[in-house]
Parts: sequence; structure tokens; C-alpha cells
Amino acid sequence: MSGRPAVRALTGWVAAHPVLSFFVFFAIFPFLLPYKALATQVLIFGLFALGFNLLYGYTGLLSFGHAAYYGLGAYGTGIALAKLQVGSLWAGLGAGLLLAAAGGAVIGFFCLQRRGIYFAMLTLAFAQLLYFIAFHLPDWTGGDDGLRGIPQLKLGLGASSLSLDSTLGFYYFSYALVGLAVAGLKRILDSPFGAVLQAIRENRDRAVACGYDVNRVRLLSFVFSALFAGLAGSLDALRLTVVPIEALYWTTSGQVVMMTLLGGAGTFFGPFVGAATFLVLEDRLSVFTESWPLVIGAIFSAFVLFLPSGIWGTLTGGLLHGHQGR
Amino acid sequence: MLEIPLSALTAQVFTGLVIGMVFVLLAIGLSLIFGLMTVVNFAHGSLYMLGAYFGVFLIGLTGNFWLGLVLAPLMVGALGLLIERVLIRRLYGRSPDDPLLLTFGLSLILVEGVKLVWGKIGLTLDPPRAFAGALNLGFMTFPAYRLFVIVVTAAVLVGLWLFLARTNVGLIIRAGSRDPLMVRALGIDLSRIWLLVFGIGTALAGLAGILAGPMRGVYAEMGVTMVIESFVVVVVGGMGSLVGAVVAGILMGQVVGLTTFFAPKLAEIMVFVVMAVVLLVRPSGLFGETGLLE
Repeated sequence: MSGRPAVRALTGWVAAHPVLSFFVFFAIFPFLLPYKALATQVLIFGLFALGFNLLYGYTGLLSFGHAAYYGLGAYGTGIALAKLQVGSLWAGLGAGLLLAAAGGAVIGFFCLQRRGIYFAMLTLAFAQLLYFIAFHLPDWTGGDDGLRGIPQLKLGLGASSLSLDSTLGFYYFSYALVGLAVAGLKRILDSPFGAVLQAIRENRDRAVACGYDVNRVRLLSFVFSALFAGLAGSLDALRLTVVPIEALYWTTSGQVVMMTLLGGAGTFFGPFVGAATFLVLEDRLSVFTESWPLVIGAIFSAFVLFLPSGIWGTLTGGLLHGHQGR
Repeated sequence: MLEIPLSALTAQVFTGLVIGMVFVLLAIGLSLIFGLMTVVNFAHGSLYMLGAYFGVFLIGLTGNFWLGLVLAPLMVGALGLLIERVLIRRLYGRSPDDPLLLTFGLSLILVEGVKLVWGKIGLTLDPPRAFAGALNLGFMTFPAYRLFVIVVTAAVLVGLWLFLARTNVGLIIRAGSRDPLMVRALGIDLSRIWLLVFGIGTALAGLAGILAGPMRGVYAEMGVTMVIESFVVVVVGGMGSLVGAVVAGILMGQVVGLTTFFAPKLAEIMVFVVMAVVLLVRPSGLFGETGLLE
């Protein structure tokens, strides 16, 4: 039992200094894993889950279609680099972010017409629509085969340039960008806008009564969320040099939902904890059995039933869900 | 203009009707469960798939299609009862997102479980011998089995309507979806009604599965796109509205059937386009009431 207060103190410190903790922990993270490629995956999917969590955990909107923005980011970057040959890594990233934000604005507008449980079904439907569109545009997306031939460009920084060929090189490039995103999210949540988001989640009617334009705030949150997901997709396209059509498929949306809930929705680090848990589980389980989704599905269901605040949420005290309706 | 033979178009309208019937069976179950329990059952597609697999299993065991057609939906319904009692019941009173998340996890388990038991390769389900061929209707010829699907679905819908409109239990179900608090205040044990409705809804999904099996093949992922399209049907019809589920199901069947005929590449996309248009014009769906669970 003597370990308990130490864990509490550590998680408390991490929760109080999220950005610093991110940079410290992820600086050494690749050396804690069996192989370094997994570390980059955790970073990228952690970022994806971070974006999802902004909408679900902090705004209270459950999206079952976040594959759309991840996929738009990936295809935006992939098409800019492989088809349009823009020749600059930064321009490629920018194209991905732009496409994801535009998609988030349009789809968000439609889905926010309805609230509650409708919202989840609509986000899922629109993501599936994008999947079918991408499927039937093979000239741009590669269709069923995926988009291939994304060049591995050097990273231009002023006059110098940096090669991202090595696994560690790419890891620290992602580390820098994801770190910026983490700092950005912290800034958003600490702003008056972030306070309004959480006010809407807690009590929508009261937020309306206070004079906030709830739908505008929600749409903005949706677009921010899509931007984070888009950056994750963009980075993943650069990492793999391929965009598989599954990037837009509903299973990708399901993955980010599971990661966030495993880690703890509505907590700052839950998404990274969940992404790491999911990916390490997938990595270990797939050695033993082809049916690893069955095991992950069972674990996920057990979490929904018995541990709704997730791993990180439970460690830090689980303020969001508690154990209502026990 | 393209010259289109009328008989081919009529046949396509009938094909659309068959697709629509499968949509209706799935959407009405989803809508029934949602209307009464405000639970969105993501596992509905997996139960549809299980209906087909149970059908193959039972028909293989007994050699009798009719026995499979009756027993497979009952087995799926029994599984539905178990799911409601053991799992979903624990989530009442929590956020309505939670049952959706739980049934999502459940659908992964069911799909992978079926692959473990029956293998990853799909199975075939033959229509009964009596309906193997095509039927000449005078103005067109049409596969007999598909006509059979239309007739069975219509009969089930009439039966369901009689049950909801004419029986006491049906009355309680309708009242419970209007005002559960008042129904409870009258001393009625709604938890048994919830169980029953979940059983009926999932049995309908199972029936849709075994009916669709001979037309679309039986494979573990067969429910995945179906559940998403059924969500679209429910959204278009209006959540919780049974009339809406029937009308929207038939409408969407025609949308799929006719776009397959005129522009096959757009077939999967048009369903979502129609949904977007309906949402813009009538956000609560064709027959939906506003304010339900918002």
C-alpha cells in the first residue's frame, strides 16, 4: 500500500503540468518500448485520440466518424505530395490540415443539426459517405489499393534541411509537432472558449441562458477536433508513405473511440494512455491469435461497464463520469 | 435520352422493394428499441449476421429451410434477451452514449466470434426448393424467392402492427415510449417490457439476416454496412417512429435499387446524399417528433 501515495503524487503532478510532462515523458518513450516504430504510432494515434477527446470528453459530443478527418488529413497530404508533387513537406502537411478543417466544418454543420444520440449516427454516416467517395475516385485516392508513392522528402527548416529517413528521426519530428498540438490543446482548454465548451457539456440550457451561442461554439470545437485528427492522419501518411483506404473506414473511427475510452475520456492524458494501451495490446495479442479484435472488444466492453473513467481517469480520480447510476 | 425497357425498370423497382424490406426489418427493430429504451443498438448488424449464420447451421442440421426460418430469428431474439438482461440493463440511468459504446464492443466480439466458429470464408445459403426459380408475372419475370421475401416481410409487419395496436402489451409498449414515468406511476413493471422489446427487435434483425442470406451471401462482415445504412434509414424516417422506419426503409430501397440501375457507382453514395437533404429540409426526419432525447 505504500506505493499508493507516490502514484497519486506522480499522476497529480503530471495532471498539473501536462505540456511539460508530455515533453519529458515522450523524449525517452521510444527507449521504453520493444521497438521504436511503435512509439511513433502511439504518438500519432495519441494525437488522433486527443482530437476526438476534445469533442467527446470536453464538449460531450460522441463522434463515431472521426476516421473522416484523419483520412482527409492523410489524403490531403498524400495527394499534395504524390499527385500534385508540391515538393515541400510543410506544404503537404498544410494541405492535409486544410482538407481536414474544411471537412470538419461542412460535416460538423450537418451533424450539429441534431444532438444527442443522433449526432453519433450522423457522424458515422458522413464518414462512411467519404469512404465510398474515396473508393470511387481511384485517380486521386488510389481507390481500393490505397494511395501509394508518397515521396520521403527532407524537412526544410530555413536554409538547412533534415532527413527523416530513420525511425528515430521521424519519431522526434512527430514528437515536436504533436508537442505543439498538445500545447495548443492546453491553450484552448484554458481559454474562455474552453470554459464555455465544458459549461455546455455540463449544462447546455444554463450555457444558453448565459447568452452563449451553443451551436457556434460546438462547431468551432468540431473543427478544432478535426484539425487534430487531420494532423494525425497527415503524419501517418508521411510515416507509412501510403494512405490505405481503411484510413477512412468506420473501423478507424471505432479505434479512436476505444483508445480514448480505455485511457479515459475527458482527461488530458487519457488519449495517449489509451493509444499506448491499445497499440501495445494489439501488438502483443496479434502474435498469439488472429482474433485479437475479440479480446480488445471484450476489454473495451468491460471498461464501458465497470471502469467508465478509463485507466488514466481512474488513476487521477475520475472526475468526469464517477459511478453514476451504479 | 437513353432507351430503357419498361420491364427491366419494373424488375429493378421490385429489386429495390426487396432491399427496402430488409432495411425495414432492421430499422423497425432499431427504432422500436430506441423509442422505448433510448438505446442505440450498434450490435444490430451483428445480430442480423448471426441470424444468417444460425440459419445456415439449422438448415444444415435439419435439411429444412422452414425450420431454420422460424428458429434462427428466435435464437437471435433469445440472445437479445440475454444481452439486455446481463449487459445493457446495467447502463440504464447513465449517458445514452454508453449503451451505444457497449454494443459497439459487443459487435466486435460477435463478428470475431463468428469467424472463430465458422471460419473467415463466407458461406452460402440456398433458397428453399419451392422458390428456387423465377416467376412469370405477366409483365415481367422475377426470382420467386425475392417475391417470397416481400410477402414474408409484409406479413410480419402486419402482425407487428396488430400486436402493437390491438393487444394490451402493445398498448403498454406504445405508452412506454411516450411517457415512461407515467407508465411506471400506473404500476406497470417496464423492465419486463424493455426485455420483451429488445427480444422482438433483435429477432427481427435475425429474420432480416436469414431472409437476406440467400440473396447476399453469408459472411461475418455482412452486418457492418447494413447497420450503418439502417441508422441512415432510422434518421431519415425519424427516430423512434415505426411508420417512419417503414416508409424510409422502402424509400431507401428504391434509392439503392434505382441508382444501381442508372449509375451503379453512385449506389452506395446516394443513400447518404438523400439523408443529408432530408436533414436540411426536415431535421427531425420524415415522421420524427422534435425533442426526443436531445
